[in-house]
Amino acid sequence: MSEDKVLSFEEAMEKLEQIVGHLEEGDVPLEKAITYFQEGMKLSKLCHDKLQHVEKQMEQILREDGELEPFTIQEEE
Amino acid sequence: MEQNRYLTVTALTKYIKRKFDADPHLQDIWVKGEISNFKAHSRGHMYFTIKDQQARIQAVMFAGYNRDLKFTPENGMKVLLRGEVTVFESNGNYQIYVKEMQPDGIGNLYLAYEEMKKRLEAEGLFSQNYKKPIPKIPHYIGIVTSPTGAAIRDIITTIRRRYPIAKVIVFPALVQGVNAGPSVVNAIEQANEFGKIDVLIVGRGGGSIEELWAFNEEIVARAIFQSKVPIISAVGHETDITIADFVADLRAPTPTGAAELAVPHMAELSERLLVRHTRLLRAMKEKLVSDSKRLDTLKKSYAFRFPKNLYDQKQQQLDRLVDRLEREGAMAISRKQEVFQKLSLRLQHNHPSEKLIRAKQKQDLNRKMLLKEFTQILKQKQFAFSSQVSKLEALSPLKIMDRGYSLVYDQEEHLVKSVQQVEQGNKIKVKLSDGHLDCEVIEIEERQ
Repeated sequence: MSEDKVLSFEEAMEKLEQIVGHLEEGDVPLEKAITYFQEGMKLSKLCHDKLQHVEKQMEQILREDGELEPFTIQEEE
Repeated sequence: MEQNRYLTVTALTKYIKRKFDADPHLQDIWVKGEISNFKAHSRGHMYFTIKDQQARIQAVMFAGYNRDLKFTPENGMKVLLRGEVTVFESNGNYQIYVKEMQPDGIGNLYLAYEEMKKRLEAEGLFSQNYKKPIPKIPHYIGIVTSPTGAAIRDIITTIRRRYPIAKVIVFPALVQGVNAGPSVVNAIEQANEFGKIDVLIVGRGGGSIEELWAFNEEIVARAIFQSKVPIISAVGHETDITIADFVADLRAPTPTGAAELAVPHMAELSERLLVRHTRLLRAMKEKLVSDSKRLDTLKKSYAFRFPKNLYDQKQQQLDRLVDRLEREGAMAISRKQEVFQKLSLRLQHNHPSEKLIRAKQKQDLNRKMLLKEFTQILKQKQFAFSSQVSKLEALSPLKIMDRGYSLVYDQEEHLVKSVQQVEQGNKIKVKLSDGHLDCEVIEIEERQ
């Protein structure tokens, strides 16, 4: 299933759009509609989490030795 | 005669002008010198002299060309010109009609810039066909710029403000000076090797044209062109356009602009997500409502509410049919009986017994008649017979013989009627009424 794959926000949004589109067309059998709906809710939550879950991303800088280290903006004097 | 050797001034001037115009070198000439006698005419054209230590030449730059100048010419300013030299007939002097002008020094760079720009453009490095799309929602954002300064700060604060969930990796580079070009190239390559970068911002803050020059270098242009990662260029201010801007997949006017182009706005994404989420809920709800409406409608249908009616009607129908069957059946029988009775009546009327009686009567009558007739006929016949018998008796030879007649037969028992039938000596038989005589012919006497 698609759960194995980690979807990017954009992919998840794309999929959500497709599912909403299918549901809105209305010709979907109920069982299928429920499956769509469940998947849609899952995707919606996934996107929501991605947006909400703002773990303070640290900017990083690539050092000359090829290692990454946290980067802080040096305010100008 | 002598007079003809003199040219008019006009003719001479025209002749000289043709010499100028026929020379291809003078059509597109590059000149460097210092401006003097600069005069900006109210109608927009610029008139000045361009000179060096030993010489000077009049110059005109018409409004159509000087409109794009990035600097204001002044007396004493060293400049690089490009234009065409021709003769201004009414003044009888030759002058340069300037089409492009750059301050010297930077001007050298500018010439190189123009030359390289043409070359790279011809090679297709600026072609829209090679522009990579910028991902709408990037995860990793790379920045190639100086780790100090306004540009990096502007980019990072903008990204944080709009899209704090993005991961930002800075690939530090020198952005001015002799080593800036190779340093930028190196950083672009590092960003590509890093692997995860979705979009790369390459740039620096504003500065003089010399300070921005690294972004006009060919190696930088080529590095940008070859980058697998889509690149947004952000060099200097709005008005600074470098080669890097032409090659980049997307040009941002400023570093802040580049950050805005690189990442979506969280609020905007939340909004989009909310819209989809709402649509999802509504679509599902509508589906459920419409389905349960359909179910209700079906449940409320007549058949489900009054299921008894389904067979009540049938029963009634059955009863009616049974009734009809019985009624029709009885009627059919009585109709048949009627027909039968009529027929049997007719049959009785036509019974043969009467015929028999009549036939018998007729037969009796016939029989009586027959008997009567027969008896009569019999009597007649008996009478006739006895009459005949009497006649016969009267005619019988025996009767005749009684009266004395006899019959003569020869030996073969033939009746002898003539003397010629016998010869003398023949034995003959003479039959009499009461017997016969065997005799011999002794003599034959024939009557004449």
